Amino acid sequence: MEQLKTIGRELAMGSQGGFGQSKEFLDLVKSIGEARSKAEEERIVLLEIETLKRRLSEPEIPKRKMKEYIIRLVYVEMLGHDGSFAYIHAVKMTHDDNLLLKRTGYLAVSLFLSDDHDLIILIVNTIQKDLKSDNYLVVCAALNAVCKLINDETVPAVLPQVVDLLAHPKEAVRKKAIMALHRFYQKSPSSVSHLVSNFRKRLCDNDPGVMGATLCPLFDLITIDVNSYKDLVVSFVSILKQVAERRLPKTYDYHQLPAPFIQIRLLKILALLGNGDKQSSEKMYMVVGDIFRKCDSSSNIGNAVLYECICCVSAIYPNPKLLEQAAQVISRFLKSDSHNLKYMGIDALGRLIKISPEIAEQHQLAVIDCLEDPDDTLKRKTFELLYKMTKSSNVEVIVDRMIDYMISINDNHYKTYIASRCVELAEQFAPSNQWFIQTMNKVFEHAGDLVNVKVAHNLMKLIAEGFGEDDDSADSQLRSSAVESYLRILGEPKLPSVFLQVICWVLGEYGTADGKYSASYITGKLCDVAEAYSNDESVKAYAVTAIMKIYAFEISAQRKVDILPECQSLVEELSASHSTDLQQRAYELQAVISLDAPAVESIMPSDASCEDIEIDKSLSFLNGYVQQALEKGAQPYIPENERSGMLNISNFSNQDQHEALTHGLRFEAYELPKLAVPSRIPPAAVASSTELVPVPEPSYAREIRQPASLPPVSDSGSSELKLRLDGVQRKWGRPTYSTPALSISNSSSSSSQKSANGVTQVDSVSTSNSKARDTYESRRPQVEISPEKQKLASSLFGGSSKTERRQSSANHKVSKANIHASEKPQVPKAAAVHTEVNHEPAPDLLDLGDSTSSTAPTVDPFKQLEGLLDQTEVALTANHGAADAAKTPDVMGLYADTSLSRLSSSVDDPLPTNRDEFNLASELSNATRTAQSGVTQLNKGPNPKDSLEKDALVRQMGVTPTSQNPNLFKDLLG
Amino acid sequence: MIRAVMVINTQGKPRLAKFYEFQPVEKQQEHIRSVYGVLSSRAENVSNFVDAESIFGPDTRLVYKHFATLYFVFVFDSSENELAMLDLIQVFVETLDKCFKNVCELDVVLNYSKMHTVLDEIIFGGQVLETSSTEVMKAVEEISKLETASNAISLVPKSVSAWRNR
Repeated sequence: MEQLKTIGRELAMGSQGGFGQSKEFLDLVKSIGEARSKAEEERIVLLEIETLKRRLSEPEIPKRKMKEYIIRLVYVEMLGHDGSFAYIHAVKMTHDDNLLLKRTGYLAVSLFLSDDHDLIILIVNTIQKDLKSDNYLVVCAALNAVCKLINDETVPAVLPQVVDLLAHPKEAVRKKAIMALHRFYQKSPSSVSHLVSNFRKRLCDNDPGVMGATLCPLFDLITIDVNSYKDLVVSFVSILKQVAERRLPKTYDYHQLPAPFIQIRLLKILALLGNGDKQSSEKMYMVVGDIFRKCDSSSNIGNAVLYECICCVSAIYPNPKLLEQAAQVISRFLKSDSHNLKYMGIDALGRLIKISPEIAEQHQLAVIDCLEDPDDTLKRKTFELLYKMTKSSNVEVIVDRMIDYMISINDNHYKTYIASRCVELAEQFAPSNQWFIQTMNKVFEHAGDLVNVKVAHNLMKLIAEGFGEDDDSADSQLRSSAVESYLRILGEPKLPSVFLQVICWVLGEYGTADGKYSASYITGKLCDVAEAYSNDESVKAYAVTAIMKIYAFEISAQRKVDILPECQSLVEELSASHSTDLQQRAYELQAVISLDAPAVESIMPSDASCEDIEIDKSLSFLNGYVQQALEKGAQPYIPENERSGMLNISNFSNQDQHEALTHGLRFEAYELPKLAVPSRIPPAAVASSTELVPVPEPSYAREIRQPASLPPVSDSGSSELKLRLDGVQRKWGRPTYSTPALSISNSSSSSSQKSANGVTQVDSVSTSNSKARDTYESRRPQVEISPEKQKLASSLFGGSSKTERRQSSANHKVSKANIHASEKPQVPKAAAVHTEVNHEPAPDLLDLGDSTSSTAPTVDPFKQLEGLLDQTEVALTANHGAADAAKTPDVMGLYADTSLSRLSSSVDDPLPTNRDEFNLASELSNATRTAQSGVTQLNKGPNPKDSLEKDALVRQMGVTPTSQNPNLFKDLLG
Repeated sequence: MIRAVMVINTQGKPRLAKFYEFQPVEKQQEHIRSVYGVLSSRAENVSNFVDAESIFGPDTRLVYKHFATLYFVFVFDSSENELAMLDLIQVFVETLDKCFKNVCELDVVLNYSKMHTVLDEIIFGGQVLETSSTEVMKAVEEISKLETASNAISLVPKSVSAWRNR
């Protein structure tokens, strides 16, 4: 195929235009092409519009000219200018008998008009006539217009004609009629629902093209209702078989492939039909396998078909053989140089990974390459894949990567998306609360205003509730660290509003809790916030409430309260604010300060944000007051919508809406106007007329009820933005993660924590320990993979069952300590650890229980190791033969392979190497070690779900500035 | 289904724009501008797919191909296959090439209505109609033949009034 040539060929070919363009049109195109600025182009086009307007208003326009004007107008509209003055001329042109003019007219109207444009009514008649024309080209032109111009109102007008065309002798017409019906179906399913059987009938059309066309509507229909089309599985399979076996005429071949578009369509349909249906799926295995084998993978379209096969295989009931074939194709895609194929490969991997998670590990390096690719599309697709394979072991790496990427992009749409992904993953898999808070801080800092407010509330909830364990000291530690980090962050300019709200709330609740900061320091900071973000009312509201809390805590602790001058001025400013909410808060603050300690204690108990408050929504405590008033002759309260003589506004707008829905022509007479009758009477209102309903169903009541009715935190990763604490708790407890591949899966463990690669990976690197360095070096030239990448790979894929670091290995502790220590001692220490590991006497592989090691600080891992060995014994012995390493041979194997030589070389090196490498080392050893230790699962401690479900009604009220505080009514009413 | 077909030149000027679901003129311009913004910032040797959800809303994908001075862009939803769409662009360009013998940007500009004719033979109401450029060519030629024939018969300039009276 020849490349398009540049514009070099100049205007010499004006005559070749062929379709009768005049000099004027050429000039227009040319001058627009030569326009040097947008303004100049604008001017030219406006001039053209003026010309066209003038010309079109001339009385006698030759048809040929008319046609050209319309084309010029279409062109002008494509450049973004309004050409509506000439729509009527285009409509007229469709009435013409001349085919050229008619087609031009149809083209113009289908580009100009929306399907509910007023002029459509003038075209419907013409379309009806043209659909019955003898000239099939006229019919085709009309069908083309029908797709664009007909809406649910006008469908009945043309439907009979289009249905008649299904039996047209020309297959091109039949095909287009089917497609037009499909379009009708998309636009208004109800109007053609009785014709659905036609699609089935046309599936057996003699012409393969028509058959192919019916697949599109059938695909749509099957998407909606799979079960009523199960009977077609056999037909689809046999059609696909025939297509794949080249039974179609040669003209349907495309790049030597038999009708690839039909194959793709059929595979998509089969994927739908076979999903979760073993019986149907079994009928498909043969043909899909055939296509896998036959399909030419060198052409683009061949790969398209192969990709579709993978999609199909991953959707239908799994078949190991097909999965294997799919995996092969994926690895070919990923290894390809073409970015397109890599993209498809990553996408396909994401689909297959749900069924066979272990496949990801084969391609870890390819995936990381894609992640670092400059191509944004590929990168995003890879993030999508990572999102699907996130588990507690790799969440830190993945979320860090995502945040880095989030910071680097400007596209707000995607930023929002990836921020929500980060939050979701962090909430589901957070290894520790500390980490969770830090991650949230980062997300808020960089994408604060794009994050859902709910997330902020969840964060506050987490800080307030702590771990859900009875460990108060850890909770308060967490809070102090949160307070500290927030005080630090406050120094930065321009923080997002949502984040500031969280900060204010936390500072107010816990700022002075640990006694590290004085009340005046915290309140000073809060005043600064209120001042710096003075045009953000909700931040100010949070700040002033936080100040009130601090003072209240001070008072109830019997300390003397000195109100800072800036606080004083802030309160004064707010009490004169236009916002009633701010005013109210300011007055509340003043009122609270003037009370004595016991009163304040009961209004604002310290750290009570998790306590429940009973809310009397019916305000029954006022009944006496109401009764009294009634006895004195007051009018009973009538709810707003029961008051007669008033227009019911909501009712009114309802009617409006209804009419808007059924817009269009109405042939029946309009009904007489009538007074609105109350349509709905709230049950609460009828219950008792004495009941006072001054607050119209306050918003907080709803907010409060909703979380209470939420289902318990589901084990599977629900999409709900909810905190998931299962992982968290276990992290902090004893080693509890299981590796499902080792067949002790625990139902309560996270469902996405599927793969366990420890064993397979380890097997491949069972080199003798003493030779480890040599082997590594001899391998090195072949495997040119940067340590950075390998580190990433191992942290993404390797440590699939990595558990809590703290409990797992001393190695880690050492290196972690080293990171913080000065650099010099780093080398000997780390080296010492590693050498110790290396020369661990290991008399017997199977006698592991007795062996001791300096690397393992706790007893638990050994016990678990025993358990592990029971199951992996065979693999281990097979691979290792004589025990060559310490009591954790495979750990050593993997370990030696990747990191030992680096470490030993760093020992030789007088200058310490950078931290990364130590990280690498410790992380690797850590990962592998724990891969084995996490065999048994102990579910200890109270159920985190319970603590989650325990709802924080009150906090919602403290948290949401718009809600009212019930305490207030005491002051106001009593 | 296919949502839109666009041909934009490397300076960002639209050369052909067809939306299979109605879009008001301003919206079309906005789409074209944002698509051009994305495409012009893409490096060479990257994939032909672009994440289009920020421009066209949920469940949309975009495939483009760059030929000399023109970007050919197809926007579609998840019921189509990206690689197949890439080939459909190929079909479109191949057909244009056959149609205009060595097609260049100027052919595309000047033969605006013929471009539409070709496209209508490939994509119909947002669905793929024909993928063989020879078949498309046959159909297009037949149309031109009949058009010129009917031209010869009736395209004698008539007065508008006479035409109105019919």
